[in-house]
Amino acid sequence: MERFDAVVVGAGPAGSAAALTLARKGFSTLLVERGRAPGVKGMFGGRIYSWALHDLIPDWAKDCPVERYVVRENMSFLTEDSSLAISFDSPKLREGRAASFTALRPKFDAWLAKKAQDAGAMLVTGIRVDDLWREDGRVRGVAVAPDDHVAADLVVIAEGAASVLVRSAGLKADLEPREVSVGVKETIELPAETIQDRFGLGEKEGAAFIFAGHASLGLRGGGFLYTNQSTLSVGLVVSSEDLARKQIEVADLQTKFRTHPSIQRWIRGGKIVEYSAHLVPELGAGMMPRLWREGVLVVGDAAGFLINNGYTFRGVDLAIASGIAAGEAAEAARAAGGGMTEGNLATYEKFLRSRNVLTDLERFRRAPLFMKNERLFDVYPRMLMEIAERLYTVDGSGKERLFDILLDEVSSAPVPKLRMLLDLLQGARSM
Amino acid sequence: MSVSAPAVRPMRIIVCIKQVPKAQELQVDPVTQTLKRVGVPSEINPPDANALEIALTLKDRHGAEVVVLSMGPTSFDESLERAVAMGADRSVLLTDRILGGSDTVPTAYALSETIQKIGGYDLILCGEETTDASTGHVGPGIAGHLDLPQLTYVSEVRLADGKVRARRTAEDGTEWWETAMPSLCTVNFGCNKPRSPTLTGKVRVKRGGVVVHWSCADVGIDPKKVGLLNSPTIVAKVDTVKLPPREGRIFTGEAKEAVRALLEALIRDKVIAP
Repeated sequence: MERFDAVVVGAGPAGSAAALTLARKGFSTLLVERGRAPGVKGMFGGRIYSWALHDLIPDWAKDCPVERYVVRENMSFLTEDSSLAISFDSPKLREGRAASFTALRPKFDAWLAKKAQDAGAMLVTGIRVDDLWREDGRVRGVAVAPDDHVAADLVVIAEGAASVLVRSAGLKADLEPREVSVGVKETIELPAETIQDRFGLGEKEGAAFIFAGHASLGLRGGGFLYTNQSTLSVGLVVSSEDLARKQIEVADLQTKFRTHPSIQRWIRGGKIVEYSAHLVPELGAGMMPRLWREGVLVVGDAAGFLINNGYTFRGVDLAIASGIAAGEAAEAARAAGGGMTEGNLATYEKFLRSRNVLTDLERFRRAPLFMKNERLFDVYPRMLMEIAERLYTVDGSGKERLFDILLDEVSSAPVPKLRMLLDLLQGARSM
Repeated sequence: MSVSAPAVRPMRIIVCIKQVPKAQELQVDPVTQTLKRVGVPSEINPPDANALEIALTLKDRHGAEVVVLSMGPTSFDESLERAVAMGADRSVLLTDRILGGSDTVPTAYALSETIQKIGGYDLILCGEETTDASTGHVGPGIAGHLDLPQLTYVSEVRLADGKVRARRTAEDGTEWWETAMPSLCTVNFGCNKPRSPTLTGKVRVKRGGVVVHWSCADVGIDPKKVGLLNSPTIVAKVDTVKLPPREGRIFTGEAKEAVRALLEALIRDKVIAP
């Protein structure tokens, strides 16, 4: 029988970061990927915050398949035909650990998996791990079929949001609709020069957009647009509970979003070259499984490590940081003697904290609940838009003062004033 | 010359395979009228994969060492590695520039020499033919060189009392034949569903050493008997058949009505019987 010190299931950012860290620390490591190559089954919005990559591969920028470095952040509120946008431009956005970049998963994941292989991990693709392999109730490795298993002291679960191993390991009950959103994305092809001209960007420069309000037709969720080298990633993340309740197909929603005048402006003339959809863990700290048990660590989306606080969507950075922390925990467990026991692996939590994964997740613990407030996606964007409309419309019919407009909008809103004040407070605290 | 298996040694099955362009991706070079082989995805010749599945099933049932053999460029490693990932024990690639352009006569000679070098075989399995040339010569050619009993168009092999029992597909039915070992069978395309590679198998491949490369000199193959110059086949002309244009009608409307209209049209055009 084949055996390794560690088997990592899933060669996404979390799995490859774990495999790379483990291999560097001298663990014989097997990285198993379901797709025919890393990244072909991966999907995300499109942006990676680089800080965790700095920690893993200090000279990552040398050969990392970056599409564009984000130099402009945009947040737009949409109604049916209008938008109100905040745009932030700063050279600070692309400095050092604060840099973020857009990427395409087939390229990025293949690059990171190659780094893990270069460090000594063995990558096997095209194999779906169905279960943990147990002997006498103890986890001994992974199983693909009754007579096809590989032994390992440690199994790192990096399977993504719909992980079956997390449930099989007894770390979490079945997923519930309220715990996950559905992400859809269309990749739209445009020449690099057109993207640069249209968005006012330099050669390696990129822009990130987040859309709230009508983007998701009043369903809880939001839209995004990221500029890649010669494509745009345009999509939505929408509550699967709302989709089910309102009987709306996510593909229809995406079509409506794409044809909104404020989106059309950016993508016109482009050709849709790819459509993808994926589950997104939504409840952050509220849906985390147990993160370890004897012989098992959980990293990345499988652990629910995703932060959506309304203005930043973070997943890949937390995935990479958790992968590093898993490697550190394994090293600490080995040093403690006695192997990968539940007690020895408990340092995983400490390493997650020192890398600010758990701390950030807990800090934004309330954000998912606040984001569930439907008024955010319906009433408030409309109010904002009416205020903007009244401010900027000059048609000779007499101009109002800002204060009067605000007062009028607030008192005519379909939400009690006290409710509005509470929402404002809750929003500021949770975001 | 071959030796029958002593009791202590597991049975040895040699499976001959070829790597061919994937059937769905076949392209003919418009100028040379030959098959494009470069830059086209490859696979194990499908009937050879069926032969391998029979070997692996026998290994599961009786215990056996399965050795996979091929002749060709080193790009064939891909298919030999896949065969090991599926469960074969090891593989041999006969690879040498002087073999280039060999037709089925030198190929059968070179493979039979290589099989003798591997030695200790009890059963040799080949696909009935390849999907890229479809001659079906090589299996019987090997049997001739090695002076082995052969069964062609076999779809199932059972072992009992040191003998091979094989189901043979004949034109008007199936026949069951029995023969002594060692012997050779050529296997019907599509007679079984070849298994997928296993995790354990893929790990074995990654650990390396599962494919051995032999040159003609390693095997003791006579250079005067192989290669293009020693191949009697002459390809005089290759034609591609132009498919007749299709009408391409789309039946629209209520599903039930559209299906009815489609059926009527198919019956009218005598595509199907009423």
